[in-house]
Amino acid sequence: MEHAAVHAPAHADSVPALLFPALLLGLYAFAALRPRRAGRRWSPWRTLSFALGTALLGLALAPPVVAFAQADLRGHMLQHLLLGMFVPLGLVLGAPGTLLLRTLPIRATRILLAFLDSRPLRTLIHPLTALVLDIGGMYLLYLTPLFVLSAHDPLVHFLVHLHFLLSGYLFTWAIAGPDPTPHRPGPWLRLGVLFLGTALHATLGKLMYAYGFPRGTAHPPSEIRAAAQLMYYGGDVAELLLAIALFTLWFRRVPTRAFPGRIDDRHALPGSD
Amino acid sequence: MSVPLQTDIHRSMLASVLIGIGLMAGVDEIIFHQLLGWHHFYDLATPKIALFSDGLLHSAELIVLVAGFFMLIDLRGRRALASTAAWAGLFIGLGGFQLFDGIVDHKVLRLHQIRYGIDNLLTYDLVWNASGAALLLIGLLLGRPRAGGRPG
Repeated sequence: MEHAAVHAPAHADSVPALLFPALLLGLYAFAALRPRRAGRRWSPWRTLSFALGTALLGLALAPPVVAFAQADLRGHMLQHLLLGMFVPLGLVLGAPGTLLLRTLPIRATRILLAFLDSRPLRTLIHPLTALVLDIGGMYLLYLTPLFVLSAHDPLVHFLVHLHFLLSGYLFTWAIAGPDPTPHRPGPWLRLGVLFLGTALHATLGKLMYAYGFPRGTAHPPSEIRAAAQLMYYGGDVAELLLAIALFTLWFRRVPTRAFPGRIDDRHALPGSD
Repeated sequence: MSVPLQTDIHRSMLASVLIGIGLMAGVDEIIFHQLLGWHHFYDLATPKIALFSDGLLHSAELIVLVAGFFMLIDLRGRRALASTAAWAGLFIGLGGFQLFDGIVDHKVLRLHQIRYGIDNLLTYDLVWNASGAALLLIGLLLGRPRAGGRPG
């Protein structure tokens, strides 16, 4: 029994973990497919994006990937890239906040918007806060003994993964999320933060490659270098997509061509138009 | 619908300069780093601060490429794209980045060299910078103001 318990957790944790993306997608689909009294139907592209996000989340939590991540630093990095960058991109571009707002009763919507407009929330969803939480968290994990701690302590491990997912979502939303974001800074500041974030992510990849971070693990140097390169190039792809998302939002709002009237950047709901 | 809009020369040129810079940076990354393996992901000699400056440059390349394409698509959509100016800008971007990389990155900052373990680095440098200068010259010639008018 003792012996079995050592190997069981990866799988035992993974099955309920897979229910989470399925539940997310189910709720989203329920809201998206609900018949509407007025207004247009929900964009299938948004649904597709969100479905891709949940599918990648399922992949990141799938037993073979979890096992790969435990054995090999490249596996960990794959999981990290999925959870922290690609899953959030899919979810955020699915505009779940907009869907939620149009699904909830009007009173709940008002409460939610007031909550988003509160000072702590405003500070939290500022791109600079998101940058510190997201990229700062990565520096903390890989350059300090936190990584070794997370490899040995299941609770810390879980919290680190949750942090990646949430801070990745926050960063993606703050930079290029189509959901309504009260008091969102202008596109130049968001572009500047994306620029800095991309540079810091690339720098971290090279630091890990050059100086053999994370330290104190049993992973051979060649594996660490391969993982660092995966982080560097994988991050490039995610940041390229994020830049495309930001510019799509930006150029759609320029009131020169398609929109003769002025559109308020802060409160427009592109998913529901 | 068919209102003839005036072409936007400066914006056309700026858009394609950005694309040229991003493309040349991509070519450098893919051909010389990945395919030929002449220079590497990281050189042992690179100090930490250079890693950050490298990261900033890398990030800028990625963003200007996307920005350039979006500006170009926007100009086309508004029928404001000045094609000669755009071609000029593309060559200026390509050549300008090649020269910048060849002189500032390779020689001034000494981030990395074109190729290692060879005797005739000077030849490589000359070819690299001459090709950059040639591309830049093509761009400047294409973009020079015509007699009695502006490039368009």
